[in-house]
Amino acid sequence: MAATSAAPKLSDAPVPKGGIVQSVHDSLVMARRNLIRMARIPEMVIFGMIQPVMFVLLFAYVFGGAIGVPGAGGDKTAYREFMMAGIFAQTVTFATAGAGAGIADDMHKGLIDRFRSLPMARGAVLTGRTLADLVQTALVMVVMIVCALIVGWRIHDGLIKALAGLGLLLLLGYAFSWIGALIGLSVRTPEAATSGGLIWLFPLTFLSNAFVPTDSLPTFLQHVADWNPFSATVQACRELFGNQLAPVPSDAWPMQHPAWASLLYSLLIIVIFRTLSVRKYRSAA
Amino acid sequence: MPGAIYAEGLVKTFGDVRALDGVDLDVPEGSVLGLLGPNGAGKTTAVRVLTTLLQPDSGRAVVAGHDVLKAPVQVRRSIGLSGQFAAVDEYLTGRENLQMVGELYQMSSRSAKARAVELLEQFNLTEAGDRSAKTYSGGMRRRLDLAAALIVRPPVMFMDEPTTGLDPRNRMMLWEVIESLVAGGTTLLLTTQYLEEADRLAHDIAVVDHGKVIARGTADQLKAQTGGERVEVVVHDPALLGTATEILTAFSKGGSTVDKHTRRITVPVAGGAKLLAEVIRELDSRGIEIDDIGLRRPTLDDVFLSLTGHAAEADQAVEGEASEAAKPGASAGAGVGVVGTAGEENK
Ligand SMILES: Nc1ncnc2c1ncn2[C@@H]1O[C@H](COP(=O)(O)OP(=O)(O)OP(=O)(O)O)[C@@H](O)[C@H]1O
Ligand SMILES: [Mg+2]
Repeated sequence: MAATSAAPKLSDAPVPKGGIVQSVHDSLVMARRNLIRMARIPEMVIFGMIQPVMFVLLFAYVFGGAIGVPGAGGDKTAYREFMMAGIFAQTVTFATAGAGAGIADDMHKGLIDRFRSLPMARGAVLTGRTLADLVQTALVMVVMIVCALIVGWRIHDGLIKALAGLGLLLLLGYAFSWIGALIGLSVRTPEAATSGGLIWLFPLTFLSNAFVPTDSLPTFLQHVADWNPFSATVQACRELFGNQLAPVPSDAWPMQHPAWASLLYSLLIIVIFRTLSVRKYRSAA
Repeated sequence: MPGAIYAEGLVKTFGDVRALDGVDLDVPEGSVLGLLGPNGAGKTTAVRVLTTLLQPDSGRAVVAGHDVLKAPVQVRRSIGLSGQFAAVDEYLTGRENLQMVGELYQMSSRSAKARAVELLEQFNLTEAGDRSAKTYSGGMRRRLDLAAALIVRPPVMFMDEPTTGLDPRNRMMLWEVIESLVAGGTTLLLTTQYLEEADRLAHDIAVVDHGKVIARGTADQLKAQTGGERVEVVVHDPALLGTATEILTAFSKGGSTVDKHTRRITVPVAGGAKLLAEVIRELDSRGIEIDDIGLRRPTLDDVFLSLTGHAAEADQAVEGEASEAAKPGASAGAGVGVVGTAGEENK
């Protein structure tokens, strides 16, 4: 290949395939870019792991036994097992902050002009980032599971079901990273995206079945908790891991069919927030 | 048939600022347009509109045969962009940056890799190719960005101040790269603050100010429009400045400008080298010692300054009232600004 081409209209660019094939390809190229970046800024990944580990230890040893769990009696191990699904689920939702900060950062650097002037798939910059965050979430999950096993957590219904539970957790994390994407596109700085990605997570995760039995809540909050997407995933995991100690104290549909509810909620979040994010990305100047 | 880059009545406002205020452009296929203009003139905004990064408030633009508003994707397939600020991923190496861009142009990963090697070589980055771009100097980043813009040898290129921050060797290198691209049929829109660069590379020049194209033509046409030759004399003895100015005014086509501080007198003339010899003889016979004398033809700097500064009006005032000019008043002061600045940049 010489530095110049003879024919005026010659370009080396193959005609874009368009459609879903190109979308997947471009997203993977962008995911690889983000993974390389994560590997070169390992402190980000490491901090991202310390926090969940701390949560596991805090809940296991500080709160352990202080909060009564129906069916557990005085059994500390049973309590730890019961709590773990909530801690796992809360941790995967932290992907929101990471995705938001990463995208806010990208949007305010010159590099975004390069991407926006390339014939690449429209959502690839965002999808690439969320996929990379999914990989990071999976890594964090591995570390957490090891920790949880050390403090006494066990699965009781076999590996297949446990893996299904893990899948639901990762899907929830992926869905939340799209919420993060929209936040990242809406704010001016990565710092704002981080706090904007975290503040609403606490009410969301605490107004659920994750850390307290919902029948201890006032009726209104009990309904909120029952229909909270977060509760569905927690409940599904408890059942799939065999960590549920007593019958679920609610007739609400998501509590009776938590795995389906979790799946549907996550897919719904992905569809809504991906659509909004891609639209916002395209209109951002 | 409209050219490879065509714009009609582009308007873009940011709040109160009219960054583009009715810009028309037409760049024939295979030619180079140099977009000149002072800071804030609207050059970058024009480039951003033409490269689909920004939507104009009104107006129409067609690039490589595709409307930027109606068919942005087709436009993006046909263009390469090197923006004013280097667009590279700091945490990726130079090689990874180029490869990524190649793959986003839908090249296979193998050809993207091969192209990255070529471009690193061409832009003198082979040695730094496997370091993260964070460790690059400003000029190295710039070159990496330019390389990324050239990955697919696009039919239409946009370069926003491509040589800003490059050392002379790399600037020459880039000029050669650009010339060979253009020889290969690429159409280029280039913005620059280096008028020498526009003079060398651009077939046509458009001067932009306050979002409007205020002059266009070839470099020679613009120079001719600005005015002919001038004689510049630096007198040794400040006391003789008045006498010398009288002598020079006699040769002048109209007026003179005097800078007391540098003891420099400038007069527009017609007559070339022969006249210069006469001026020297005359000054010599009157016993006026000079430090420097020269015949200056207008440069693009003069064109630029006279078109975009207030110098144009000041010059006319000087020419209109020759007697005024001998007294270093307000008009002379303004006029000196033109010659002084231009002279300095030419060193
Ligand atoms: N995003 C923006 N928001 C507000 N104002 C803007 C924005 N972009 C450009 N402007 C304004 O529009 C005008 C034109 O800016 P532009 O960047 O096009 O100038 P330029 O000719 O490229 O200048 P320079 O030579 O300094 O690069 C300036 O007054 C600038 O402040
Ligand atoms: Mg600019």
